[in-house]
Amino acid sequence: MWNSMQTDSFVGQTSEVVTIKGYNGDDVQAYVSKPEGNGPFPGVVLAHHMPGWDEFYRETARRFADHGYLAISPNLYSRFGDGDPPDVAAKVRSEGGVPDDHVMADLEAALQYLKALPSSNGKAAVMGHCSGGRHSYLAACRVQGFDAIVDCWGGNVIQAADRLTAAQPVSPIEYTADLSCPILGIFGNEDQSPTAEQVDQHEEELKKHGKEYEFHRYDGAGHGFWYYDRPAYRQEQAMDSWNKTFEFLAKHLS
Amino acid sequence: MCTMIVEKAAVTGSGRGPKGWFELKEANVSFDHPQNAQLDHALNIDFVNHELGLDKRVAVEMSADSARRLIVAIEEALRRGEEEEGLDTR
Repeated sequence: MWNSMQTDSFVGQTSEVVTIKGYNGDDVQAYVSKPEGNGPFPGVVLAHHMPGWDEFYRETARRFADHGYLAISPNLYSRFGDGDPPDVAAKVRSEGGVPDDHVMADLEAALQYLKALPSSNGKAAVMGHCSGGRHSYLAACRVQGFDAIVDCWGGNVIQAADRLTAAQPVSPIEYTADLSCPILGIFGNEDQSPTAEQVDQHEEELKKHGKEYEFHRYDGAGHGFWYYDRPAYRQEQAMDSWNKTFEFLAKHLS
Repeated sequence: MCTMIVEKAAVTGSGRGPKGWFELKEANVSFDHPQNAQLDHALNIDFVNHELGLDKRVAVEMSADSARRLIVAIEEALRRGEEEEGLDTR
């Protein structure tokens, strides 16, 4: 829970950039944050959002480390070159996005990296926001080894046939039968992607396949309501859903 | 929306970035989340020359209403300029 650490037991953390081998054996940068100590610690793989491998994900990784998690955020845009995150994201968008197969392999490599750390407890979740929520859902269905998923307003989990592309050939909802772990979903009821109706459809699909899920849907919030640098930020809804995230992960990764 | 939908237009001309002028190759146009504009959705135009580097980019993010006003202004500027100069660039 937010701000619940005891002052007599604060621990430090370290963060670094490492290189992992992702899709096709390619070098992929990854931001890794670790709490001080031997653990054992659970882990979180962070799938970054459309604006890129940016400051929000570095901060999110450090926040998880502060709460006793190993966190890794691979640069899913690493094959598009280096620059500031907006320039890199613009390049990715100009090419129609990053292929799902590349992202799945990169997230799997990140998971393996985390679980191989000496301080790992062997359990890990995947989590992402916006397009990262979609990628997280895909990974929880297609990659073996995740113990939980946190999908924060993943857009295009339900992807119309006319929106499928070579890079995104299958609507993620089609993989629901293969979902291998409990899911926490966090959504704003005023979001346009996913809409409230699409969240309803997602929930129905999870029920149909007997999946363990926990959805929290917030009034007065739209898309991206955790982004404190954006007008979409909603303090009350963001803090409540952050706390629900920590509760969910504590339950499934302990 | 996170759509990754983009419309492209080949561009002949120049753009001026933080390090001066550079040759433009294309404009990438999307209606999606902006990086900076304080809007949920924006009409985003990236004037780029990616052959020269990812930072060879002039970016604008504007509201949908602004974009529609811009379209009208461009059309009108072309019409009046061509009329004044007796040009037909089509």
